[in-house]
Amino acid sequence: MMKKKIANWGNFPVMESEELSFRFKDQLNNFIQEKNGFIPRGNGRCYGDASLAGTTISTLKYHRIKEFDTSTGVFECESGLTLDKILEVIVPKGWFLPVTPGTKFITVGGAVGSDVHGKNHHSEGSFSNHILEMRVLTASGAEINCSPENNSDLFYATCGGMGLTGMVTTVKFQLKKIETSFIRQKQVKAKNLDEILKLFSEYSHYTYSMAWIDCLTKGENFGRSILTVGEHAGINELPDKYKSNPLSLPEKKRITFPFNLPSWVLNSFTVKAFNFLYYGKNFKKEINNIVPYEPFFYPLDAILHWNRGYGKKGFVQYQFVLPLTAKEGLIEILHKISEKKMGSFLVVLKVFGKQDDLISFPFEGYTLAMDFPVRKGLFDFLDELDQVVLKYKGRLYMSKDARMKPEMLEKGYPRLEEFKSIVKKYNPDYKFRSVQSDRLQLT
Amino acid sequence: MASVLILGAASDMAIALADQYASKGYDLILAARNSGRLSTISSDIKIKWNVTCDLYDFDALDYNSHKEFFSSLKEKPEITICVFGYLGDQEKGMEDWKESERIIHSNYTGAVSILNIIASNYAEIKSGSIVGISSVAGERGRQSNFLYGSAKAGFTAYLSGLRNSMFHKNVHVLTVLPGFVYTSMTEHLKLPPLLTAKPEDVALSIYNGVRKKKNVIYVKWFWRWIMLIIKMVPEFVFKKMKL
Repeated sequence: MMKKKIANWGNFPVMESEELSFRFKDQLNNFIQEKNGFIPRGNGRCYGDASLAGTTISTLKYHRIKEFDTSTGVFECESGLTLDKILEVIVPKGWFLPVTPGTKFITVGGAVGSDVHGKNHHSEGSFSNHILEMRVLTASGAEINCSPENNSDLFYATCGGMGLTGMVTTVKFQLKKIETSFIRQKQVKAKNLDEILKLFSEYSHYTYSMAWIDCLTKGENFGRSILTVGEHAGINELPDKYKSNPLSLPEKKRITFPFNLPSWVLNSFTVKAFNFLYYGKNFKKEINNIVPYEPFFYPLDAILHWNRGYGKKGFVQYQFVLPLTAKEGLIEILHKISEKKMGSFLVVLKVFGKQDDLISFPFEGYTLAMDFPVRKGLFDFLDELDQVVLKYKGRLYMSKDARMKPEMLEKGYPRLEEFKSIVKKYNPDYKFRSVQSDRLQLT
Repeated sequence: MASVLILGAASDMAIALADQYASKGYDLILAARNSGRLSTISSDIKIKWNVTCDLYDFDALDYNSHKEFFSSLKEKPEITICVFGYLGDQEKGMEDWKESERIIHSNYTGAVSILNIIASNYAEIKSGSIVGISSVAGERGRQSNFLYGSAKAGFTAYLSGLRNSMFHKNVHVLTVLPGFVYTSMTEHLKLPPLLTAKPEDVALSIYNGVRKKKNVIYVKWFWRWIMLIIKMVPEFVFKKMKL
C-alpha cells in the first residue's frame, strides 16, 4: 500500500501514513479485522496530531444521507459527510445545524469525535447534546447502537473521545428549525477585557456569541475586543431584497491561498497592524445588521487553505477553558502572550455554558483560542501557559492539541480514568490509536 | 422526467454520475452486482434531489440474464451509461487464466452483451443515448496493463462501430476515455495531480458530452494530445520503452 504525507489543519506535525478508504460497510469491516494500529480520519480539520497514525481509515467516501425528515428535522447520515454538504440540503428546507464550529469543512464523524462546540455553546451545548443515536463499529467488529440511554458508556466515551472507542459509522441528530438563512447580527466594541466580559453576560440571552480579542495592546486598552452576537433572522426582519427567497444558500465565492507564506511574514508588527485595522473597521460602538449565515459562522472558510498563511512549518492552535471564577487566569495568560510578543491574528474568546461530560472539552467558563506559528521557543512557552491553565483549574482542547504532556490531560480531565477504562473495554488491544493517543498515554 | 440507467453503479465514477444526473432532475435506475449495497446511495440521492432512484441486480458476466434484466426495467431509460470495468492484475493475469478472463469479460464481453440489447431497443424507437466508459489504456497496448488495455481497445472499437451504425437510427453513442481518475480502482497508485480527474469531473464531462452529442471525449483535454503522441511513437521504439 502506498504511504502518503498527511497533516491536519495546523500543518504540524506532518507524517507518512497509509490511507485506507471505504465506500461500504463490508470494506470497513475488513480493514478493522485485518489492520492494526489505525485511527479514523475525516477531513483533517482538527489542528494537531489527533487523526494521525501510521494507518488511517478515511471516512470521506462514506458520506450518504440515510434519513431527513423535513417535518421533524431528524437527520441521519454516514460519518464522512461534511457539514457544508449537509447545509446545502437542509437550509433550503428550513433547517440548520444544531451546533457548528467555525468551519463547515468537517465531517459528522469528526464533530462527534471532537464533540465540537460553536457560538451557541452557552445556550445550546455541544454537538453531542443533539445526537439522538449513533452507531460505532468497535474493534471486535460489532457495530453498536448507542445513545445517552442505550450503551451510554460507549456513547459518552465516543463524544469527544478522539476516535479511540471505534469508528463512528452513522449519526442521527436533531436539526434546528429556521425561518430564513440569514442572521440578525450585532457587533459591539469593548475597550478592554473588563468591558468585554461584562458584555458577554449582558448579551448572554443571545443564542450565538463570541468575541475577537486583541492580545497585543497594553495599558488601559488591554484586551480590547469586538463582541459578535446573533440570532437566526425571522422572515419579517429581512430587508425586501431577501424576502423573495428567505432560505437561499449563500453564493460560493472562494479564494484559495495559493502557497505557504514565509514564516517571517507573521511577526508582532504585522499582527499589531492587523488588529489595529480589525478593531478600527467598526467605527461605531455598535453595529446591527442582517447577514447571510456564511460570513457569520464561517468567515475563514471563504479563504480556502488559509492555514498556509502560517508558513511551511505550520502552526499550533492553543485553546483552553478556565472556570468563570478565574478571570485573573485569563489576564495572566493574555499578559504572557503580549509580553512574549507571541500573539496571533485570531484570538477568539467565548463563554461556555454548563457541560459535564466524560471527556468533552467544554465546561462552564471562559475559552480562548489562538494560533501560534511553530518557531523556536514556542513549545517551552506553551508549557508555561499550561502551568497557568492548570493553576486555575482549566484544561486544553484535544482537537487543537499537538504537544501537551500526559499530566496536562490527566489533571485537566477529572474523569480520564473512567474514559480510559471504557476505551479499554471497546478497544482492548488498542487497535484504534493515534499519534496523539500514544503521546498522551491513552493507548 | 427522463431517466438514466447506470450499469455498474457501485463505483466512484458511477456514484458521481448518479449525483450529477439527479441534480439535473433525472430519475435514476442503478444496476449493480449486489444492489442491496446501494440502498444508502439510493436514499441519499432521493433525499438530496427529490428524484426516483430504483435499484436492480445486474451481473455483467451473466450474459444469459441480460435480456431479462432489460425487459424487467419498469421504466426504459433515455440514457444508458456503461460504467463497469475491472483493472485486474496484469502479472497475475498472465499466469492465471481466470484473472485474464475476468479482465476481458468485465471490460469487453459483458459490455457488448448488454449494450447489444439496449442498442437494438433504442434503434427500434429511434432515440436514446449510449455512453461507454472505455480507457486511454485501449489506445495502445503497454506492458504494464495490456490485458486491461486490449479489452478496452475492443470496447472502444465496438463503441465506434456502434456509433456508426446507430447514427442512422437517431441513437447517440458517446465514447469516454477518462485518463487517470481518483477512484477506488486507482487508490493504491501515485497519480500525477495535473493529469488526474476527480469522479465529479468525469461525471460533468459526460453530462455535457451527452447534451452536446459528442463522439469521443477525454476528460482532461491534454490526454487527447498525450495519447496522440503515444500513438505516433514508431513501434520499433515503443517496444523498447518501459510504460
